[in-house]
Amino acid sequence: MEYHELTIDNAVKLLLKHEISSFDLASALLDRIEKHDEKIGSFITVDKDLVMEQAKKADKDIAKKNTSALTGVPIALKDILCTRGMKTTCASRILENFIPQYDGTVVKKLKGNGAIIIGKTNLDEFAMGSSTENSAFKITANPWNTLYVPGGSSGGSAAAVAAQFCCGALGTDTGGSIRQPASHCGVVGLKPTYGRVSRFGLVSYGSSLDQIGPITKNVKDAALLLNVISGNDKMDSTSAKVDVPDFTKAFDKFEKGSLKGMTAGVPKEYLSVDGIDPEVEKVFNNAKKIFKDLGVKIKEISLPHTDYVVAAYYIIAPCEASSNLARFDGVKYGLREKSSDDIIDMYKKTKSKGFGPEVQRRILIGTYALSAGYYDAYYGRASKVRTLIMEDFSKAFETCDFILTPVAPAPAFKIGENIDDPLTMYLTDIFTLSANMAGIPGISIPGGYSSKGLPIGIQMMAQRFDEMSLLRAGFGFETTIQLGKKFPDL
Amino acid sequence: MKISKDEVEKIAHLARLEINDLQKKKMAGQLSNILQYIDKLKDADVEGIKLSSGAAFMNNVLRDDKLQASPGPVVTLANAPERDEDFYTVPRVVK
Repeated sequence: MEYHELTIDNAVKLLLKHEISSFDLASALLDRIEKHDEKIGSFITVDKDLVMEQAKKADKDIAKKNTSALTGVPIALKDILCTRGMKTTCASRILENFIPQYDGTVVKKLKGNGAIIIGKTNLDEFAMGSSTENSAFKITANPWNTLYVPGGSSGGSAAAVAAQFCCGALGTDTGGSIRQPASHCGVVGLKPTYGRVSRFGLVSYGSSLDQIGPITKNVKDAALLLNVISGNDKMDSTSAKVDVPDFTKAFDKFEKGSLKGMTAGVPKEYLSVDGIDPEVEKVFNNAKKIFKDLGVKIKEISLPHTDYVVAAYYIIAPCEASSNLARFDGVKYGLREKSSDDIIDMYKKTKSKGFGPEVQRRILIGTYALSAGYYDAYYGRASKVRTLIMEDFSKAFETCDFILTPVAPAPAFKIGENIDDPLTMYLTDIFTLSANMAGIPGISIPGGYSSKGLPIGIQMMAQRFDEMSLLRAGFGFETTIQLGKKFPDL
Repeated sequence: MKISKDEVEKIAHLARLEINDLQKKKMAGQLSNILQYIDKLKDADVEGIKLSSGAAFMNNVLRDDKLQASPGPVVTLANAPERDEDFYTVPRVVK
């Protein structure tokens, strides 16, 4: 087995058995990045010296048997997670040279568990987008076919995992930004329950929707990363005071027949969505068949307010964004446009120069919806619809253990295809937005390929704090499906 | 809902954004398009439904009222684009 093929699980085992060194693993991955990332564009920052320094330290710790869950394992981070002393750009001009003075909680936890931060990955600016084309710095290509987008907004993380530049990665998900790129890149993406993972040190976009989660080569690795990053944090008052189980217990004594007795709900509204690609339907139907063969009961359910999800989300998220992004005003950090002689002019020039078109668009939508006279009609109404969406899910989970759906209506599209049509881009988020609106966990797992050879994932969603069911059912699915080639040739 | 160029200018001012004439026209078209789609929310029956601001547990998160060290000006002002010793500086505020 080559170094780049190692999963987190494999790497941990081989490192602890002294069969490989972190130094060799990290060097091999850095070489691979150097050789191939020019055409993929998954990383914004890779600090080779820092990586090797961390790897040497990990090898020393392993020699001293002073190890933790991820000692010596290279992990990539979406460049919206604050890393002390290392640039955190959010793929925005406004933070092009921003160097955080602290580590986000998840970063602290990764480092505390011995992980090596191999680099910071590209994204749609401030995580706003579904294709990673909104980055101010570079386009990320889909490693399966570089003419296509990797999805977004965690497109850099998903592409880096699919291209095997790292053992695993973290992304963030406000409306599908972990699950959709994972689907488009043929890897596993897990959005945890809202509150499962601390958001401290995640640059805020939609605070009631944002959640950090793993993007990995397989389901087991997702559980390993979730184990490390979960838990209550006094620095994030929305992080939940709930027990964190050992998520790898989901795979204990797993055998054929282990999923017997589970029920998967299939929402009838999802399959009548306009423009669902027949190849996505085919992969989805095959997934249903696999679960049936595994003894899972498939049941039609109803999520009656599905038709309002996109509209409600694209009010709530921009409203929160317009408030959150007001902090980038050229005073405390980031870009300042200096040619201004009064403060309002400075704000305007700084923001207009620093933010890209999609970010400006969302700030304008949010500002409009929250402006005098429009609040009730937009934010108020959308938040009531959000209640209805939450109730839909509560009702659905009375009769099923998890909900099975496609991740996106179509496989990855070509770079540039939708860039001038924001609404069309928004509509592709239809299947993933609900989990953020309801705060429930969702996972995307590879389910097949399009005729062009692009990956297509399936999504499962469960009740709040029931990531276990997703991991267990997902593991069953992953170990049963015959996918053929799992990673692209670069 | 249709948004005019003038409205874009008004919202942009509220958001402290500066948008040139050419962009204004494009933005007005795109925002109108998006808001027209969002108008479907009007069809939702929300009579008597409570508003949800999120999925977090709605409990107060308190800590003991104890003194804690602050990061201090060296750390806090490290990223200031312009400063004068321990102060942020900004252009003229009062005309």
